[in-house]
Amino acid sequence: MPATKLSKTAARDNASQVFDLDAMSLRELNQALHKLTPGSNETAWEVLNPKGSHSVAVGVDQPVTIDVRGSVGYYCGGMNDGAAITVHGSAGPGVGENMMSGSITIKGDASQYAGATGRGGLLVIEGNASSRCGISMKGIDIVVRGNIGHMSAFMAQSGNLVVLGDAGDALGDSIYEARLFVRGKVDSLGADCIAKEMRAEHLELLQGLLDRAGVTGVKPAEFKRYGSARTLYNFNIDNADAY
Amino acid sequence: MCGIVGLFLKDKALEPKLGAMLSEMLISLSDRGPDSAGIAIYGAPTGNEAKITVQSAKPERDFRGLDTELAKAIGVPVSVAVKSTHAVVRTKPDKIDEAREAIQALRPDIRIMGAGDVVEIYKEVGLPEAVVERFDVRHMTGTHGIGHTRMATESAVTTMGAHPFSTGADQCLVHNGSLSNHNNVRRELVREGMTFETENDTEVAAAYLSSQMAHGKNLGEALEGTLSDLDGFFTFVVGTKNGFGVVRDPIACKPAVMAETDQYVAFGSEYRALTKLPGIDNARVWEPEPATVYFWEH
Repeated sequence: MPATKLSKTAARDNASQVFDLDAMSLRELNQALHKLTPGSNETAWEVLNPKGSHSVAVGVDQPVTIDVRGSVGYYCGGMNDGAAITVHGSAGPGVGENMMSGSITIKGDASQYAGATGRGGLLVIEGNASSRCGISMKGIDIVVRGNIGHMSAFMAQSGNLVVLGDAGDALGDSIYEARLFVRGKVDSLGADCIAKEMRAEHLELLQGLLDRAGVTGVKPAEFKRYGSARTLYNFNIDNADAY
Repeated sequence: MCGIVGLFLKDKALEPKLGAMLSEMLISLSDRGPDSAGIAIYGAPTGNEAKITVQSAKPERDFRGLDTELAKAIGVPVSVAVKSTHAVVRTKPDKIDEAREAIQALRPDIRIMGAGDVVEIYKEVGLPEAVVERFDVRHMTGTHGIGHTRMATESAVTTMGAHPFSTGADQCLVHNGSLSNHNNVRRELVREGMTFETENDTEVAAAYLSSQMAHGKNLGEALEGTLSDLDGFFTFVVGTKNGFGVVRDPIACKPAVMAETDQYVAFGSEYRALTKLPGIDNARVWEPEPATVYFWEH
């Protein structure tokens, strides 16, 4: 289709937004991204030689695509609000922390507290995520193709965490209303987190999440759902002696 | 914070570059700790001499004539190689304890950084770059080594409070984190007869491992013991004469990344520390699991 051709050509023309972090500073990159305004033609960005840099592409608030060629350190894509960020490598602690909208895809593994406090958008980790994945998540959707570490979804408030592999100890400790879907084994559940019935609405929701994450060949029925038993929501007078 | 690194070579061809590789790894983590820095390098064993690394705040005064006075005191030849505030004293392996005592008697202000058949330890207040330059670490050869850049939390910013800590022959340890039961463990170790140079929590962890290994445990078993006996936050990287180990506490909030190729095993607090290593793009890179002991021996 001509329209597609045109946009592809345009994208290629504009894909010259290449930032080589061997030659330019991280601050120059992030300031250039922050200067983007609605309707900007600079819609495709590429970051070379990240070499574990911290805070790559934090606070982007325009719907641009950013391809990071290599592994990043702490807080990549933090506060992302609309960008589609792909890390062609692994990510350090706090990737996508407090994401608002948009998407972040990590082709490798993610370190601890991936997607922490995220309010929206989609975080896809194609490898494993370590401890505290989705801690205090508040609306973000997280899909992990591998395993997640201990204390994941601690105090998770809303949003969805989908894990194709296994979960470590204390999954969903003190969870509020986030939904957790795990396909493999769970080492242990945290306080007030229980296995729940997978109803038709959950199967449909999960299929949608798998589709958005580009996961094929995996059926929603293969997962178990976990969530809050809601016994910690209100003070229980029988526990008064414990305080 | 603090930044820690470790490098264990499998490929002998890299041994001449150990000091340079480890120095770059540590310098890349400078912003994790500006207070002090240190490196331990395990050189090739010579078989007929052992080393004591010593430090003095007044090196001109304390190191002058030390070789002849020490040789006279212990009755065998001694060499002293001065590097800035540090010096490496070499003598016969069976005279090492005697030499240690004689050094303390001859030069009460000298501090002993560590001793053994192969290890040399250099640490000072300042940034990694300055410490590496001061001791010419880049030109050191060796089989393995560990390093640390410190952001102090548990004790004073002094040379003796810097890592690595060495509490046994050819043993040393670097630590990112803080221990909460170090006073209790120190008391127990003192009762066993161990002595401490500082109030530092990490020195207690090093002494704990030395004590465990003195009781016949191997490095892996000693590291396993830290998980039940030490309370607090820790990622430890440990060197022994022929080994290199890593363990993280069960909560594992202190960061850690490892890489392995046919040529080496490397540890860094962050991936940044590993980016200049040869073949890193094709290395197996992973985050060590909490409460899991990793160790390698030559």
